[in-house]
Amino acid sequence: MITLQWVYALAGAVFAAYALLGMRERPLNAAFWALLALSMWAGDWLGDLGNGILVLGLVGLGSVGRLSRGEGGVPPEHRQARAERFGNRLFVIALIIPATALAGTLLFKQMPVWIDGKQATLIALALGVLIALLAGCLWLRAGALVPLQQGRRLMDCVGWAAILPQMLASLGAVFALAGVGDVVGGIVQQAIPNGSLLGAVIAYGLGMALFTMIMGNAFAAFPVMTAAIGIPLLVRTYHGDPAIICAIGMLAGFCGTLMTPMAANFNLVPAALLELKDKHGVIKRQVGTAVPLLIVNILLIYWLAFP
Amino acid sequence: MVLLGIVIIVAGFLLRFHPLLVILASAIVTGLAAGIDPLAILSALGKAFNDARYVSIIWIVLPVVGLLEANGLQERARGLIGKMRGATAGRFLTLYLLLRQGLAAVGLTSVAGHPQTVRPLVAPIAEAAAEAQAGDLNDATREEIRAMAAATDNIGLFFGEDIFLAIGSILLIKGLLEQYGVVLEPLQLSVWAIPTAVAAFLIHGFRLWRLDRRLRR
Repeated sequence: MITLQWVYALAGAVFAAYALLGMRERPLNAAFWALLALSMWAGDWLGDLGNGILVLGLVGLGSVGRLSRGEGGVPPEHRQARAERFGNRLFVIALIIPATALAGTLLFKQMPVWIDGKQATLIALALGVLIALLAGCLWLRAGALVPLQQGRRLMDCVGWAAILPQMLASLGAVFALAGVGDVVGGIVQQAIPNGSLLGAVIAYGLGMALFTMIMGNAFAAFPVMTAAIGIPLLVRTYHGDPAIICAIGMLAGFCGTLMTPMAANFNLVPAALLELKDKHGVIKRQVGTAVPLLIVNILLIYWLAFP
Repeated sequence: MVLLGIVIIVAGFLLRFHPLLVILASAIVTGLAAGIDPLAILSALGKAFNDARYVSIIWIVLPVVGLLEANGLQERARGLIGKMRGATAGRFLTLYLLLRQGLAAVGLTSVAGHPQTVRPLVAPIAEAAAEAQAGDLNDATREEIRAMAAATDNIGLFFGEDIFLAIGSILLIKGLLEQYGVVLEPLQLSVWAIPTAVAAFLIHGFRLWRLDRRLRR
C-alpha cells in the first residue's frame, strides 16, 4: 500500500539532490538540506533523542553565519523568448499539480487497498509533482537536472525559514509538556470583568486572538481559552450555545494567526518565497483584514449565541 | 515561571534575533522552568519535529516551479493578462479569494498554496495586472502586490476551511466539547463558520477594491 512513508522517501530524495547540487558553492546550505534529507528518510528510526540532536544540528547550521541566497537564475531575455515559444503549455504544466491533488483526493479514498486514504491529498500532491516534472522535461525539452537546479535555487531563497513551521510545532509540544496553557488560562480567568456578558465575550474572542498570536496556532489557544472562559462563563453562567461560541471562537483565533510571525508557514515563509525585502510584509497586509474581522467575530458570538 | 518562555519568544522576535535560536532558547527555558530534565526536553523537541515532517513535504514542488519559471511562466502570465481588458490586480485577487474559499470549504485545502499557486501563478498575474493599471511599478508597490497575493491566499484558506466538516479544527472543537458532555455533529459546528466566511470575503474584497482605486491614480 502507498503510504505517507513513500512521500517522505521522495521528499528525502529531493532534499538530498538540493544538498548534492549545492555542495561545492554553498557547503553550509548543502549540509542543512542534507540533514533534512536524513530527517525525511530516517526520522522514524533515529529515536526521539536522535531527532532532538538533529534539530540542534539544523538550528546550528541555520543560525551560524548566513545561508547564502539562491543564485543562478535564467536571464530575463531568455525567459521572454521561451515564454513566447512555449505559450500556454506552461500554464497546463503548472496546473497539473493542483489538478492531480484535486482528482487524487477524491479518487484515492475509493481505493483503500492501494492507497492510504487518510493521506490521499499529500500522496496525490507528490504524484502531481512527478507527473508535472515528467511532462515539463519532455514538453519543454529540458534536461533532467534543470528542475533540480532551479528548485535548489528557490529552496536557497527560502533558506532556514523552511523549517520554522516544524520548529514552532516542536516548541508547542514543549509548552504543552510544561503546562503553559493552564497558567495562561488561570491569568485570563482573573482578568475578566465581573457580571458583563459583552465583557466576557470580548475577553474570549480577544484572548483567542492574542494567545494564538503567541503560540502561532489557534489549535493551541482553543482548549486553553475555552476551558478558562468559554465553558465556565459563556456556556454555564450565561447559557450561550456552545456550538456557536466554539465555532466562531476558533475563527477569532484565526484572525490572530494572520497577525503573528509565529505562524511562520503562512506569514514568513511566503515572504521568503516571494523574495520580499520586508519579511513581515505579508503580516502587514493582513492586519487590515484581520482586525475588522476579529471585531465582527466577537459581535457575531454576542448576537448569535445568546438569544 | 513557565511563562518565561513566552517572554523570550516575544522579546526575541521584537529584537529580531535569529528566530531558530529564539525558538530553541524558549523551549529550553520553558522546559527547565517546569522542572523537566534537559534530555527529556530535547527528546520532546525531536519527537514533535519528526511528527510534523508532513509540513515540509510541500517543498518538493519547487523543482516544478523552478523549471516553469526558467522557461518563462511569469513572462507568459504577464503577456496574457496584458491582453485582457478590465483585468485588474484587485479583481483578479478577489476572484482568487472566492476560488480559494470555495475549494477550502469542500475540503480541498492543499490544492492551492504559497509554493503551489501563489509563487508561480497568483503573484505574477497580480503584478502584471497592476503594471497594466499603473504603468511602471515602484519597488514598494511591487512588494505590496506580492504580499497582498500571499495575504489573499491565507485569508481564503482560513475563512473557507472551517465550513468543511472533516477539517482538523472542527474535529478538535467536537472532541473538546465532548469532554464537557456536549455532543455535537460536525455539521452543527461548521455551519457557524459561514457568517464569518462571508464577512471575510466582504472585508478583504473591499480592501482589494481600494487597492485598485489607488493603482489607477
